[in-house]
Amino acid sequence: MQPIISVSDVSKTYATGHVALRTINLDIREGEIFALLGPNGAGKTTLIGIICGLINPSSGHITVAGHDIVRNYRTVRSMIGLVPQELSTEMFETVFATTAYTRGLFGKPKNSAFVEKVLRDLSLWDKKDSRIMALSGGMKRRVLIAKALVHEPRILFLDEPTAGVDVELRKDMWNVIRRLRDDGVTVILTTHYIEEAEEMADRIGVITKGELIVVQEKHELMRKLGKKQLVLELQKPLDAIPAALQKHALELAPTGTSLTFTYDTQAERTGITALLADMREAGIGFKDLATSQSSLEDIFVDLVRQSR
Amino acid sequence: MNFQAVRAIYGFEMARWGRTLTQSVVSPVLSTSLYFVVFGTAIGSRIAEVDGIAYGAFIVPGLIMMMLLTESTTNSAFGIYFRRFTGTIYELLSAPVSAFEITLGYVGAAATKSVILGLIILATASLFVPIHIAHPFWMLAFLVLTAVTFSLFGFIIGVWADGFEKLQIVPMLFLMPLTFLGGTFYSIKMLPPFWQTIALFNPIVYLINGFRWSFYEISDVNVAVSLGMTLCFLSVCLVVIWWIFKTGYRLKP
Repeated sequence: MQPIISVSDVSKTYATGHVALRTINLDIREGEIFALLGPNGAGKTTLIGIICGLINPSSGHITVAGHDIVRNYRTVRSMIGLVPQELSTEMFETVFATTAYTRGLFGKPKNSAFVEKVLRDLSLWDKKDSRIMALSGGMKRRVLIAKALVHEPRILFLDEPTAGVDVELRKDMWNVIRRLRDDGVTVILTTHYIEEAEEMADRIGVITKGELIVVQEKHELMRKLGKKQLVLELQKPLDAIPAALQKHALELAPTGTSLTFTYDTQAERTGITALLADMREAGIGFKDLATSQSSLEDIFVDLVRQSR
Repeated sequence: MNFQAVRAIYGFEMARWGRTLTQSVVSPVLSTSLYFVVFGTAIGSRIAEVDGIAYGAFIVPGLIMMMLLTESTTNSAFGIYFRRFTGTIYELLSAPVSAFEITLGYVGAAATKSVILGLIILATASLFVPIHIAHPFWMLAFLVLTAVTFSLFGFIIGVWADGFEKLQIVPMLFLMPLTFLGGTFYSIKMLPPFWQTIALFNPIVYLINGFRWSFYEISDVNVAVSLGMTLCFLSVCLVVIWWIFKTGYRLKP
């Protein structure tokens, strides 16, 4: 099947000399939810900006549904909706007016009924006559989504849709995204939360320092990313890991006061129960325990190492 | 051609105008009327006729022109600058609209507002001083042409400015002095010969004189040259805007 978006050899160096994107190649499949996962400053927003026509690439080319984004910009852009990361909204306009304006800007004839439907779907209808500057941050985010959807796009870009958004709205947002996918809209979202990518995406691309390190099905990637550590603070220091515990993936701290057990959260058995049972039998007591997920940074370092 | 988009931008800009009628209509009309009262009626009655025209009537075309230049420039500049300032320019850049359509929407709206203002002020002026329009067609032509030209100019300023200060600087430090020195309140023939020559380098002299000619058939310069200069400035602005969109100057990194 032809990819709906095809990014070929795209790079971007800003006038300041900052290299935002090295050579990026990426295909997005029609109808999928694709998450672009990476830390701040990785190049996520630059990549989205280039596809949507906000930023000129330094090299490379992009097609959307087979159309070149520069030559056939009208066809391409009318298919795309963009929700920016910043809460960039008008201030004095009403919610309804600004949403209807965007529909016109994208070349669609007036359709108050459709605008109403979009606003209702996003629980904005009772705010339709409010000035945007009077809305809360979460509401402004919804307005931006309404504006991105009001011209009935086939592809939706969401740049950090849940940054600075409360839990309730985040759940709402996820539901909206799922509903869109059910309607056949292709969704590309950026995030720096692994959980968000895990919750939403069909496929995940990991980007850092302007490079797309890995693009994989979510389940496959989560297996790689799903490592966790259990740290046990011991009651009495140990000189070495006792023979009875050798079969577990343990690491003894140099001070001998704590043991670190690394396990896979996606595995059928984590091995924690067996470890604790063995410890009790060996008479090793612990006074505290903590689990931690490897940080995104650690994972990136890991992935970079694996990819080379 | 994306007519829906042009209509949306135009409608949006006109609605912005409608919300701020006090600031955008009442204030320029009031300040220009004060000029009529002070210079036209109060002081004007003690000033001799210029080229056979009563002083109060003589300054009307210049005053309208002065307001037209300032309002076209600031209005158009503010419209596009505010988009850049709030970040909502992203929407315009990601929409299926061409540079021509964006310009048409913004400049068309700014020029419409200025022309309406110009006509309101003309009507107000006629309450204070007797006005005679010899060539209504050319009067309207100069009005529209100047409004469009300086709305284009304002659009460029709005793209160029990177702060509210710069947005104000051009109309205040550049347009205002040039208009005052451009013969709003006098015929440049009243100047010493040396300054007459200098005045001929001021493009606004041509705008004011062309416009004044359409009223009273008097002009310090050839009217054809006036028209030519206006069209020339219009073309320069069009080329600059074409270049802005071609290179993405200050719009697209």
